[in-house]
Amino acid sequence: MNASSLAKAVIDGILTGGVYALMAAGLTLIFGVMDIINIAQGALIVLGAYMSYVLSVHLGIDLFVGLVITIPAFFVLGVFIEWAFMRRLRDQERTAMSILVTYAVAIIIEGALSVIFGVDYLQLQAPYVNDTFHLLGFYLPYIYVFGFLLAVGLMGVLYYILYRTHFGRGVRGSLQNRSAAELIGVNVNRVRALSVGIGVSVTAAGGMVFGATNSFNPSSGYDLISRLLSIVILAGLGSIGGALIAAIFMVTLEDVVAVVWSPVWATLVYYASLVVVLSFMPNGLFGKAAVRAQ
Amino acid sequence: MNALIEAEGVCKSFGGLQALTDCSLSVPRGSIAGLIGPNGSGKTTLFNVMTGYERCGAGEIRFDGESITGATPERVFGLGVGRTFQITRLFFRLTVLENILVATQRHEGWVRSVARRAGSSAERGRALEMLEFVGLAQLAGSPAGNLSYGQRKLLELASLLVADPAVLLLDEPTAGVNPGLIEQLTERIRDLNRAGKTFLVVEHNMEFVMGLCHEVTVLHQGRTLVKGTPDEVRANPAVLDAYLGGGDDDDF
Amino acid sequence: MTARLPARALKVAVSIAILAVFPILFSNPTTTSIAVFTLIFMVAASAWNMFSGYSGYIALGHAVYFGVGAYALTLLANHLGFAAGWGVFALVPVAGIVAGLVAIPTGLIALRARRHTFVVITIAFMFIFQLAASNFAFTGGSSGLQPPTPLWSAVSYNDHFYYAAAIVLVATVALSWLVRRSRFGLQLFAIRDDEERARGLGVRVARVKLTAFVLSAIPVGMAGAIYAYFLGQIFPQFAFDPLFDLSIALMAFIGGLGTVWGPLLGALVLESLQQYFTVESGASQVYLIIYGGLFLAVILLLPRGIIPSVQDLVARWRTRGSAQDRAAEDAEAGATTDVVKAAGAR
Repeated sequence: MNASSLAKAVIDGILTGGVYALMAAGLTLIFGVMDIINIAQGALIVLGAYMSYVLSVHLGIDLFVGLVITIPAFFVLGVFIEWAFMRRLRDQERTAMSILVTYAVAIIIEGALSVIFGVDYLQLQAPYVNDTFHLLGFYLPYIYVFGFLLAVGLMGVLYYILYRTHFGRGVRGSLQNRSAAELIGVNVNRVRALSVGIGVSVTAAGGMVFGATNSFNPSSGYDLISRLLSIVILAGLGSIGGALIAAIFMVTLEDVVAVVWSPVWATLVYYASLVVVLSFMPNGLFGKAAVRAQ
Repeated sequence: MNALIEAEGVCKSFGGLQALTDCSLSVPRGSIAGLIGPNGSGKTTLFNVMTGYERCGAGEIRFDGESITGATPERVFGLGVGRTFQITRLFFRLTVLENILVATQRHEGWVRSVARRAGSSAERGRALEMLEFVGLAQLAGSPAGNLSYGQRKLLELASLLVADPAVLLLDEPTAGVNPGLIEQLTERIRDLNRAGKTFLVVEHNMEFVMGLCHEVTVLHQGRTLVKGTPDEVRANPAVLDAYLGGGDDDDF
Repeated sequence: MTARLPARALKVAVSIAILAVFPILFSNPTTTSIAVFTLIFMVAASAWNMFSGYSGYIALGHAVYFGVGAYALTLLANHLGFAAGWGVFALVPVAGIVAGLVAIPTGLIALRARRHTFVVITIAFMFIFQLAASNFAFTGGSSGLQPPTPLWSAVSYNDHFYYAAAIVLVATVALSWLVRRSRFGLQLFAIRDDEERARGLGVRVARVKLTAFVLSAIPVGMAGAIYAYFLGQIFPQFAFDPLFDLSIALMAFIGGLGTVWGPLLGALVLESLQQYFTVESGASQVYLIIYGGLFLAVILLLPRGIIPSVQDLVARWRTRGSAQDRAAEDAEAGATTDVVKAAGAR
């Protein structure tokens, strides 16, 4: 292990972390507004990868261009999921039930994908997937950089929506204090549906990048969701900014540990650090302190 | 003056919001004390701090001379301080009788607690007695969720009483309750007080407070404003200002 | 209450009787094999329900204790030189204890969190243990381990495991029933309904939750131990399986969360279904869709599970005549005031 491979690990970590950050932001947004932990986020990313696969292999559409189709489609899917399943959950045990419900949705997606596509591993292909460009002595795969730029771009859009639009203000209000937001007339149902829509639509983009940088099959969702959950919980549920930081940090940490120690232990460190942090800060690094329901 | 439970110099903030500032309150043993103030003055927050549900930034809470600052709610109850909640809280899926049984204190080993039936016959007897005292005995087997509003309040109170606490902190006991029942509640509290129990009552119903309490403390914007007998407080212009100026309408 | 006792005792006696004679009546190895798996899941679902159903804290990481039990039995049997046969079954309770010991630190950490964070921590632990098992040498890495293989005849092979599992099941259900009627169980249910209020009534919630958590891990560990011995081979992915967690949760849900018999019924239904699919259709992924669909249907339509819903229906059918009585009771002002007045006359 030398400085160069360490530096490369850091760069890889940041680039990949950016993509995870986008998907984690979606997950934490859904929780923040709905008090729902969307376990299906991992399966949806895999679904996004398969959608991109279909568009690219069967219709010859470029991976990035295909996003123009998949992102809105997933937005609609998200709204549907909220309307069909999440809305029916009673408030009392909402979060616990939502875990089971979304876990069930994830399994259905996995089953459907297995039946349609089989269980063999795939990877998205494009000219820029395997090509690299030379920068400062490192070979950076185009796809990593493009993916990172895409993630940054989409997060910029997300920021714009959240901070510069009327709708976004309603979302942020709901994130901070739902009952207060309701009282001042925020259209709760609309905010919820659209927030889940946004939260899910980012999985289309994340799925495409994930599928281009990893080989995947229908069961890849488990690993993904466990990482995303770790990131989001570590950051503190509901904190989007925290999720961004935590994502980049955790993924980079994993890549660095893989280089410094061994790839085998890298993933373990991931979860272990989650457990360690939560032992001391049960609400995550940036989470709000628990406000008792009175 | 022999204070049974008291708060001294309590400060509490939530994020940027300062809920309590240098708040002090003292409840003499065997008295019925009142705590009033406009909405948002911090009454429930003070209750929460005193009973261990919230930690205060500064200040001290004492029970019978001993500091209980930072004690857990379980411990506070074990010492003999019981409280009710503004919005009546019960174990809605348990039966009325079971609700009372939860509060019966029994110090026993771990294994016995698992192996033995919930509530010995002595405990059940006592629980039923308590239910008769509040007039809910015939509903002992019903789920608590089936009770009407007034019945729920009675059950919440009965759950506390079964553990024979020395002090009861009641958070708006008459909210939403019809006048006939308020009358009965007042009598019950007086009876229990004569039997030696101390009370601290938060209320918006001025008639209730003035008629029942020996001493009243007024809270305004997280600070103790005035303390004295009901007549003294009623006559104090600062109190009127606080209500009209800062808070909500009230039955003044 | 006393009138129901004979009926309940009869129900238990009949169930145990059926349990005892089942392999004799249905001695086909395929059937008994399904039965063994069903029993194992009944144990796990029942134990899981004892914690999650009673306290309301949904744990999705009990696969940890299942896997620990599996590995514990295998490692102990191999390293202590147990000869394959009945003797290895003696290690089943030991494996359970080991799982219980593991549950102490993991439970302590996980239970510090609020309910939804708690779930995630349990999931995280599951992945940690799976990864650890895959990477440590003493656990055989990703190739796993093999417990000793007993030399019983093929005809009655399964029956040994069946009875071992049956014994563990009876013990687990007994424990579950004991807890449910005990003071400890009452405290758990209080925590489920309103934890903060329970604290205000003196319930030592931290202690109660941890105890329940550890108590529920022990039978799950025993189930894992029997599973390992029965299968003759364990891998990290099978011993620590996310689907296991979902399955036992689903079983408890279907049957009725918080009841004693519910998880058993749910396990019976679901495990039979799963085994049917494994045996019948080669396309084993279809059952995922059905699983998930079934789960959704149960949660959204029968949120309390079969047994409580049926109980509700029965109760409503019984009291359909006395609706007027109930309305009279609800007249709060009159009834309550009078009785309180009477009580005040003491």
